Amino acid sequence: MGHPKHAEVRAGYRVERSGRIARIVLDGEWTTAQATPLDSALQKIDLGGAQEVQIDASGLKRLDSAGAWLLLRTKRRIEERGQKVTQLNIPQDYRPLFDTMHEEHTAPPVVIPHRHTLRHFVERLGRGFIHALQQGKEMLAYVGHVTIEIIETIGPQKQLRWPAFIHQIEETGITALPIVGLLSFLIGVVLAYQGADQLRRFGAEILTVDLVAVAVLREVGGLLTAIIVAGRSGSAFTAQIGTMKVNEEVDAMETIGLNTVDVLVLPRIVGLVVVLPLLTFYANVMGVLGGAMMSYLALGITIPEFLRELQSALTVWTFWLGIIKAPVFAFIIALVGCFEGLKVEGNAASVGKLTTRSVVESIFLVIVFDAAFSILFSILGI
Amino acid sequence: MAERRDNEEIVIRVRGLVNQLGGNVLHDHLDLDVKRGEVLGVVGGSGTGKSVLLRSIVGLNRPKAGSIKVFGEETVGKDAEDLHTLQPRWGVLFQDGALFSSQTVAENIQVPLREHADMPQSLMNEIASMKLSMVGLPEDAGHKYPSQLSGGMRKRAGLARALALDPELVFLDEPTAGLDPISAAHFDELVRGLQESLNLTVFMVTHDIDTLRATTDRIAVLVDRKIHVGTIETLVNDKHPWIHEYFTGVRGHAALASAPA
Repeated sequence: MGHPKHAEVRAGYRVERSGRIARIVLDGEWTTAQATPLDSALQKIDLGGAQEVQIDASGLKRLDSAGAWLLLRTKRRIEERGQKVTQLNIPQDYRPLFDTMHEEHTAPPVVIPHRHTLRHFVERLGRGFIHALQQGKEMLAYVGHVTIEIIETIGPQKQLRWPAFIHQIEETGITALPIVGLLSFLIGVVLAYQGADQLRRFGAEILTVDLVAVAVLREVGGLLTAIIVAGRSGSAFTAQIGTMKVNEEVDAMETIGLNTVDVLVLPRIVGLVVVLPLLTFYANVMGVLGGAMMSYLALGITIPEFLRELQSALTVWTFWLGIIKAPVFAFIIALVGCFEGLKVEGNAASVGKLTTRSVVESIFLVIVFDAAFSILFSILGI
Repeated sequence: MAERRDNEEIVIRVRGLVNQLGGNVLHDHLDLDVKRGEVLGVVGGSGTGKSVLLRSIVGLNRPKAGSIKVFGEETVGKDAEDLHTLQPRWGVLFQDGALFSSQTVAENIQVPLREHADMPQSLMNEIASMKLSMVGLPEDAGHKYPSQLSGGMRKRAGLARALALDPELVFLDEPTAGLDPISAAHFDELVRGLQESLNLTVFMVTHDIDTLRATTDRIAVLVDRKIHVGTIETLVNDKHPWIHEYFTGVRGHAALASAPA
């Protein structure tokens, strides 16, 4: 005897009529595996006009809870139609199961809501909009809260947590060097190649140097670094803090009397604000190096020529305007990362959801602020 | 009963099981038989590898050595994929329910049905509702997400999912921990009732001596990397100090004193 989990139809019933009495005789294995054919067969049960119904389940070979449910459901439907069930024979072994179910199960079937209707879509849209507004308000409040805490650390009564701060610098800065360096170098190469291609038509190949230098220093270096760091560290902040929330570590800290902003948020924000300008500087150097290499290979501009042109193309401001944005980007990335992490609620799915949101939000805000800086700089005429 | 063969059929056969955790030997050539239709309670101090034993049997943990046969099929060294024929025949209740957090309780219960049985949605809804009442959850619990339930309710929902396919063998990892004593007693009754009507085999890790008394046929005690198997009556007289203290300590004594003679 195997175990007929995926077998052909092996369960059924027949109806015997004698006068006003209908007798339902069950046979076979009334189990989960047989539930689907049984279900459709029982929907079509025909008892004619019988007033009395007897159910004889004594010939059942097996009965499990799905089968017992189908039997119970049939009995209840018969009774709802006003017919009387006068006899119900169930093998002694299955009696406890059937009785427990009979006594305890009266609830209607659960309804799995349909999630793809227009109404649902509109509802989600509305909820999303209100949620976005609330999110903005909360974030603003959080910026204020964190700012106050930062100002307090400057005072004498409170101190930055140095070990955590140093650890963050290593995590977000030093370990990011390879990827930031490589990508900036490649972007420098791409810019020089594209620039050379276009400028050659005007006989102005030498201006490729200006193009690469200005683009990398003012925009690309800072933006690229910020986006990499948002993806690398912003997401890590959310995931780390979020996991701590799920494990109730954050609650434990609060009951012990630790200030979670002090312990978790400030070292990350201050660390990143220090690190990102340095990373940006490094990215600038690597980007220009990539440009120099490509200029030499594609246009034959030698390194001394490149440097001479570089000197005339750049002012001190070109450099500073790129660097000055970095602390702002860092503040945005770290703040969003920590804020979303602290919003995680008791389950693992929420960590994933908020991590994604944290990265999207911080990249979005970084680009918005970059645009704002461009407008500001053009108004100031620099 | 055609299905019910002689009582001595072995459902789980563990031979020479060795488990190591971080250089620490948890199980040292452990042998264990679980018979069809019995409720086996597994007890032991913290860190004696009760849960590891359970995880080894269902193929979640790779033992260092040994053989484990479930329904005559080897599970050691196999992945979840290879155990596809066994999975509908067993159900596992994890310690905190391990419900899928992105799905409602009703959807959770329907996951095994969807995976292993081809059923119309209406029937699955009826079955989900039935399983909910079987484990004593209110009817509106089906619409809730696991994060909206209390620990005890999550456990019941996890049990409902474990029972979704009416398995022959059920693994329960500390099923009554976190339940209030009344719910725990109801749960014990439920296990016993299901066991009797379905000839269910239950492998239960528990600390609850009331549960042991109320539900188990035999008890396996994990001590000193080995296993001692017996009934409550024989284990009470066991010479081993831990076992002795477990069954005759204050808590054990109170529970056993209330046992029917």
